[in-house]
This record gives sequence, structure tokens and C-alpha cells, in this order.
Amino acid sequence: MHELALIESVMETVLEEMKRNNLSRVESITLRIGKMRQYVPDALTFGLECLSKDTPLEGAKLIIEEIPIKGHCSKCNREFIFKNMLDNTCPSCGEITSRITSGKELELVEFEGGV
Amino acid sequence: MKEVFKIKVTLVKNILEANTRIAEQNRKLFADRNVMAINIMSAPGAGKTTLIERTIKALKQNFEIAVIEGDIQSTYDAEKIAATGASVVQINTGGACHLDGNMISEVVDQFDLDLIDLLIIENVGNLVCPAEFDVGENFKVMLLSIPEGDDKPLKYPLIFNESSVLLINKIDLLPYVDCSVEKIRRESLKINPDLEIFEISCRKEEGLVGWYKWLEKKMEKR
Ligand SMILES: Nc1nc2c(ncn2[C@@H]2O[C@H](COP(=O)(O)OP(=O)(O)OP(=O)(O)O)[C@@H](O)[C@H]2O)c(=O)[nH]1
Ligand SMILES: [Mg+2]
Ligand SMILES: [Zn+2]
Repeated sequence: MHELALIESVMETVLEEMKRNNLSRVESITLRIGKMRQYVPDALTFGLECLSKDTPLEGAKLIIEEIPIKGHCSKCNREFIFKNMLDNTCPSCGEITSRITSGKELELVEFEGGV
Repeated sequence: MKEVFKIKVTLVKNILEANTRIAEQNRKLFADRNVMAINIMSAPGAGKTTLIERTIKALKQNFEIAVIEGDIQSTYDAEKIAATGASVVQINTGGACHLDGNMISEVVDQFDLDLIDLLIIENVGNLVCPAEFDVGENFKVMLLSIPEGDDKPLKYPLIFNESSVLLINKIDLLPYVDCSVEKIRRESLKINPDLEIFEISCRKEEGLVGWYKWLEKKMEKR
């Protein structure tokens, strides 16, 4: 449900930027979302479809890049990927780390459009 | 042939930036008025309102407490809080599954913040959405009640990661349900080693002293 709030915020920014750049249509919007975030990609796509009707964003495609959860092991000073939040044991030394270095991203990366 | 130009606009910005900005304004307002704000989150029915009633009763001698009640609809919880004598404002989100910074900023001027020490915000009952939105609180506090089961850290890790306190509520029901408090503790600490955990029963008024002490300590430092 919170997907709608996210899409509203994305649309607001893109519409503003379209004006600033004198664009009249948008083909695609790219988001970058960390895996710790709880946004269902299909719900985001559906949300954009619904909310963009009769706006300059109608028909825009949503591209979602998923960012894995990564942690940093202070013992062997390396980064590794967590399969999930409970799997935070360093694969090389077995140290448990909670230092998350990525996975909480929630970014509007770019959009592509035309005049 | 007509040429079609494609233009790429690169932004790379936090999607919820607008919310974060308003939440930061709220936080600053609370700090300026010496108010500590906590955001209480849980699944529906885990015991948020009951906890707030107990907390007001226990601390109202020493602190002025105000409450913001977030619900999709109804004023039922707000009426219960009003009966304790604390000032309370109801937000009806009208369908939205969480509170956000803007909803809080729209109602805070209904309180005289100079008179308030502790602002308790009861979020909408939900383990997913509230964890995503900063409202300007100083601490996020989550409740997990025993009947919900011990698999919740695994299924909803973000809310455990974002919270400062985990209150494991309804421990009076332990004899009747299969739920391992030990497992909840172990897995939530794996997700968030800084989490303060208290086992409580709001019904039997057990284990609450640790929680009150935690609040009092944070209030002193505010
Ligand atoms: N057995 C038991 N029941 C409890 C306890 N704490 C709360 N309850 C009961 O749980 C039910 C829900 O409590 P509320 O305080 O309304 O829960 P809530 O989280 O505010 O619910 P929503 O606002 O609807 O999300 C009520 O019937 C409470 O009496 C407890 O420690 N033990
Ligand atoms: Mg309630
Ligand atoms: Zn290591």
C-alpha cells in the first residue's frame, strides 16, 4: 500500500523535472531500490499505471534496479552479500556483522523522455 | 524523416526526500521545545493503545505526556487515551497504511509544545509500511505480541532494524501459544544488535518497569 505514496513522490519529481527540461513525454523512469526495503515491484508498476492516467507520464515504463543487502566484516575488512537480514555471517571468517553498507537505497535514478 | 530525440535526465535522489525534509523539521521543532517524541509501531492489535494507557498512568506524575493517534479511521483509540487525562489528537489517514512527516506536522500545532515533555505517536497497525517512513521521532519503538509468532524478525526485518526498542507483549499468553521468546530475542538482535528488548504484559502489568526506566533515562538526556 505504501507503494502508492512512493509512486506519488516519484511522479511529483519527474513532472517537475520535465517542466524544467521542457519535455512533454516520458518513456521510462529508473528507480534503485535496496532489498531491505519492502516495496513490491509489481505493485509499484501497477501504481504508476493507475496514477499516471491522463498525465504526461501515462505509458511511462518503470525500470527497477534491485540492490542487494551488503555488509562489511570488520575482522577481514571485506564486503559480502547477505541472502537475507538473518544471514549476516561473514563467509570467510564466520564473524557476525551488522554493519550494513547497502540495501536500504530508495532512489530515483533517471528518466528518459522527449520534447 | 523526422528525428526523434531521446533525452535522459539523471537525478539520483532519495525518493522520499520530501518526507525526510518535513520529518527533520518536526524533529527540530521537538528539540527546540524540549519534547521527546517516540513512534510506536506494531501489527494491528499487538497492544499499542494499551501500552500507551499504562505508560501515561505510570509517568504522568513526573511528565506531561501528549499523544497522537494514527488510525485508518475511527476515534476509538483517541477516546481511550483522552480518558487518561492526557491531551490527544487523532489523525485519520483515510486508507493510508502509515503515518508520514506531513501528517504529524499538520497536527502538532494543536498542542502547546512548551508544556509537553513526551509526545507518543501511535502509528497505524502494520508491520511493513510504518517502518519505511520517518515522522520526526527521536526513537522508534516496536511491539510484537506473542500470538503473532516468533517468525516475525525473519519476515519483517526492516522494522526490527529501524527500531530502538522491542517490547515483546502479551507474555501472559505464553502458556497457550507456541512462541519462543528466546528465538525472537536471538533473531532480532542479529538484525539489530543495539535493540533494547523488554518482555512485558500490559494486561498483567508485568515487565513494564524496565520500559519506564528506559523512557525516563532518555527523557533525562533530552
Ligand atoms: N492477553 C493480553 N492481552 C493484551 C495485552 N495487551 C493488550 N492486550 C489486548 O489486546 C487487544 C488489542 O490491544 P490494543 O491496545 O487495542 O492494540 P493496538 O495495537 O492499539 O491495536 P490497533 O490500534 O487496532 O492496531 C485488546 O483486547 C487488549 O486488551 C497483554 O499484555 N496480554
Ligand atoms: Mg490502537
Ligand atoms: Zn570476515
